[in-house]
Amino acid sequence: MQQRAFTSLPAVTQQPVATLPVLRRLAGYLKIYRWRLIAVLGLVIAGAATSAGGPYLIGRAIDTAIRLGNGPLLNTIAVALVSIYAVSAVATRFQVALMGSIGQRILARLRSEIFATLQSLSLRYFDQHPAGDLMSRLLNDTDVLNQLFGQGIIQVLGSLFGIVGAIIAMLLLDVRLAIVSLLVVPLMFFTTALFSQISRRAFQRTRESIGDVSAEIQEEITGVRVAQAFNRTALNRQRFAVRNAANRDANVSAIAITSALMPTLGILSSMAIAVVAGFGGYLALHHQATVGTVVAFITYVQQFFFPIQQLANFFTTIQASFAAGDRIFSLIDSTPDLTDHPNAITMPPLRGEVVFDHVSFSYGSRRTSGLPEAGDEPEPELVLDDIVLTAKPGETTAIVGPTGAGKTTLVSLIGRLYDVTSGAVRIDGVDVRDVTRTSLRQQMGVVLQDSFLFSDTIAGNIRYGRLEATHAEVEAAARAAHAHEFIERLPQGYQSTVGERGGRLSQGQRQLIGIARAILADPRILILDEATSSVDTRTELLIQDALRVLLRDRTAFVIAHRLSTVREADHVLVLQRGHIVERGTHDSLLAAGGLYAELYRRQFRDDPAGSVP
Amino acid sequence: MVVLVQLRRALIYLRPYWHIALGSFLSLVIVSTANLISPQILRIIIDRGITQSDTRTLIWACIALIAVAVIRGIFSFTQGFWAEKTSQSGAYDMRNDLFEKIQTLSFSYLDQAQTGQLMTRMTSDVEQVRVFIGNGAVQLASAGVMLIGSVVILFAANWKLAIISLLTFPLMAVTIGIFVVRIRPLFGQVQAQLSSLNTVLQENLAGVRIVQSFAREPHERERYAKLNSVLLQTNLQAVRALSNNFPVFFFWANLGTAAAIWFGGHLVISQQLTIGDLVAFTAYLALLIQPLFTLGFLGSQLSRSAVSAGRIFEVLDAHNEVTDRPGAITLPAVEGRVEFDGVTFRYVGDERPVLSHVSFVAGPGVTVALVGQTGSGKSTIINLIPRFYDVTSGRVLIDGHDVRDVTLESLRSNIGLVLQETTLFSGSIRDNIAYGRPDTPFEQVEAAARAAQAHDFITSFPEGYDTTIGERGVGLSGGQRQRIAIARALLLDPRILILDESTSAVDAETEYLIQKAIAQVLRGRTAFIIAHRVSTVRNAGLILLLDGGTIAASGTHEDLLRDSPLYGEIIDSQFGRQTGRVEESPPTPLLAPTTTG
Repeated sequence: MQQRAFTSLPAVTQQPVATLPVLRRLAGYLKIYRWRLIAVLGLVIAGAATSAGGPYLIGRAIDTAIRLGNGPLLNTIAVALVSIYAVSAVATRFQVALMGSIGQRILARLRSEIFATLQSLSLRYFDQHPAGDLMSRLLNDTDVLNQLFGQGIIQVLGSLFGIVGAIIAMLLLDVRLAIVSLLVVPLMFFTTALFSQISRRAFQRTRESIGDVSAEIQEEITGVRVAQAFNRTALNRQRFAVRNAANRDANVSAIAITSALMPTLGILSSMAIAVVAGFGGYLALHHQATVGTVVAFITYVQQFFFPIQQLANFFTTIQASFAAGDRIFSLIDSTPDLTDHPNAITMPPLRGEVVFDHVSFSYGSRRTSGLPEAGDEPEPELVLDDIVLTAKPGETTAIVGPTGAGKTTLVSLIGRLYDVTSGAVRIDGVDVRDVTRTSLRQQMGVVLQDSFLFSDTIAGNIRYGRLEATHAEVEAAARAAHAHEFIERLPQGYQSTVGERGGRLSQGQRQLIGIARAILADPRILILDEATSSVDTRTELLIQDALRVLLRDRTAFVIAHRLSTVREADHVLVLQRGHIVERGTHDSLLAAGGLYAELYRRQFRDDPAGSVP
Repeated sequence: MVVLVQLRRALIYLRPYWHIALGSFLSLVIVSTANLISPQILRIIIDRGITQSDTRTLIWACIALIAVAVIRGIFSFTQGFWAEKTSQSGAYDMRNDLFEKIQTLSFSYLDQAQTGQLMTRMTSDVEQVRVFIGNGAVQLASAGVMLIGSVVILFAANWKLAIISLLTFPLMAVTIGIFVVRIRPLFGQVQAQLSSLNTVLQENLAGVRIVQSFAREPHERERYAKLNSVLLQTNLQAVRALSNNFPVFFFWANLGTAAAIWFGGHLVISQQLTIGDLVAFTAYLALLIQPLFTLGFLGSQLSRSAVSAGRIFEVLDAHNEVTDRPGAITLPAVEGRVEFDGVTFRYVGDERPVLSHVSFVAGPGVTVALVGQTGSGKSTIINLIPRFYDVTSGRVLIDGHDVRDVTLESLRSNIGLVLQETTLFSGSIRDNIAYGRPDTPFEQVEAAARAAQAHDFITSFPEGYDTTIGERGVGLSGGQRQRIAIARALLLDPRILILDESTSAVDAETEYLIQKAIAQVLRGRTAFIIAHRVSTVRNAGLILLLDGGTIAASGTHEDLLRDSPLYGEIIDSQFGRQTGRVEESPPTPLLAPTTTG
């Protein structure tokens, strides 16, 4: 069960979860807190005993001291009462503190483990699990566990022991009254459980309706300029009002259910009190019970009200946390499909010769994970088929071809972001699988289409490829990438924060920062995925110039979209459906009149500008 | 007290629903009364039923107990339900107001605002205020009634006993107060720290390629671990605040009960009190706990809600300078003559004008190409024609009418717009094309799509014009989006057309189709184009060369090539690669994937 790979995210938590393994795993996390947990348990029991002892003592006070006029005994009981309350307070204080800190520590540990696991997974995994889905699922699951560890466990335990303590005290006081008053307990429990079932559905609807409202708001805010330009504001208002009203109504009907729960429980509890008072009174009249006992019972019945409600509420949380735990543990347990070979050596400083030796690759295969494919599975389609190529140190290889030809896959194999299905990728004669990934990748640089920036300062983002670089080096790299000028113009210069939140940089500026990052890393081998989105002319020229600096004296693989890049490349590979169909230089390929020439011509066919002298 | 002003203003939103709110409040009074009556019944059961062996009273009192419970149950339902209904209705109106306001906000406000912030105001801020004014107001009243009622009854029952048992009451209030003060900033911190922790996670998921390629896993792990441990520490502080205060609170409450039993017991012994009195008394003491909690909770929410209310009203109060002036007329049938008369424009807060003293006249049917460097004022000119901004000085005239003298609706319905950012809306393709005139018959939608060269790819989808696009639907390529945007503008059959040519890269096929579409669109209209294609400038009837917010030169392509060195320079740098020197590098990507369907 535990090796089950975290390959598919179940849509919702609907299928039954095997509780036992999850419990066992959770228990594993609790193990190091063994002694503290025993202390918590002791404290919980002490707390429950004292809170059950209160009404008992009050009952005794009424019967033996107050009714019989025994002043000194009353004083003694009062002192006992205060001591019991003090013990209860101390017990509660430590039990909340201990359990709270254990819970938070386990959560923190789970978070780091999740993070570490995600980092050890290969790109193959992330290809299958879109970041957005993964993110929302992880947030949701840790949040559920947070509820469980945060207060859930202690409340459940406290409620459970509170109820048990009260039942014991009641049975000790009077068995008949105890049985009569306990009749209401299952009723209360089922009522609460029923309500929480119904309300969960109702709240599901409110979540959907608020989701609709948010989506609409988001869209209309983004598109408000268009709406104004097209005179659509009145109509949009009407449309929004409809969704807004649906949200209001969903909320009102959900609240109708939850508003009914407490009063219903209140009525049940009052009925129990009335039954206890009536039956207890009857017993007292016949001298089979005392007034103090009746008073104590009334208090106990009132005390039931709260814990039962809590237990029923947490019933759903517990269910959800088992499902969440199951998913999180199967993620943590998933075996990384791409690891360093046990005898992997450190890659020596690179010269930069890259050889593809009859490389084939398919995404379906998992041969490298140590788990041989089951023989009866259909042969997965090859994304790359028998690729043979050699790039000498310092050469630029441009790769062109239609979408889906395998260009991105090909360059990803050099840094061993995936493992080849067959054949080998060798750098300076060493198979990339025989060296540690870190030592390999540290000597490589990557510039992607969408220069991904982290929420950090611009300096921090440029420094990403070489953390120990000085500010002067960062600036030099930025200058070489023609990024210095616009960075300086920002109010906080290199210290400006970018990334998701502060990201006011244009597409082109982000690209320049990505190039500066690669220049600073000064890799021997460079992978470049040229962006297709156009930028303004000036920036385009800057980018081309920056790329020229970047490519100089390195072994480079470029997924090319610019004619200038292709023309300056030492080799051009034309890739189609996983095969290298043509290779040569821009001029030789053009002359050959094959696929490349056709693609080239199509680019300029009918371009009216092309005929301008 | 600014805080209370904002909240009081928010309360006004409940006014239309005052009768529901009143119902909730009356229910609350009944519930509180029932709560205060129950201990009295208990007292009767003990004193007269059990102690005096009065079976009839015992039975009737038990029945009364249940009756009171049922009444309390019914009314606590109506109280809660109506309170929610009031607050949801108020929030509904508030959201509608916000939406209406945002829809009409002027572009100069939108330039400053961030989508995320406006979103937050419409969602979580409204919710925060709703919970506070809706439930809070009723709960506050409830807590007050219960507190005062219980205290009054306690003193009426036996003032000496009341004083003794309430000795710990101030301590309870102080403990709750301390807790609220300590936990409030901690909750805020936990939220903030959690969100930065999640940002790192998010970046590592979205940027996994960069992280792995640069072998930065250890660095990222360290970053995450640092934030994780900061969060842990804050959480532990919150646990400490909880564990240090709550047991103490309950201890004070219990101490009050013990004092009541002890002192009251002695009063019973000296026959100044009955046992039933004493039991009822302790029941009233228990009623004091809940209101204190409520007040503590509301106290912790007060400032947050006030801040939320403030942010909502900030948007609602935003000054909108672009509105119809009183007596604005409907723009009569437009011929299409556009004139700028000494127009100067400065963005709010900027010192330097973006346009200064720009004057030109574009006759009906003329295509005007705007050429210039980034920041030269091209976009500003096209934004002033549909009056997205008001000029700082000078006039923009259409057929001789100052755009500020006509209604916005009549002005804008005569202007078609194809912006650089082709914002489409989720819905069907047909809805998107008919965006400006939703009741357009299908034939006209199709005609517009044909003219925009969009018909073919639209019909290649299985559901054709009914294909859903946007977040929940089919993703369109940049070129496809653009042609839908062109169709959308065409459908209005506007006399004046504004077009921003700077497009995202598309493949050659699409590029060709878009140009064909644009050529179609220009026919017979006054058009303003931010030009990025040589064909556009060559065919333009009038080229305005902008430089630093002024018109540096104007005329036809040939005029300017001859007369203006700057024009030649710009044509060389911006369009140069199209003017025959193809071998340098094309404007559109070479060998890009063909994505058109």
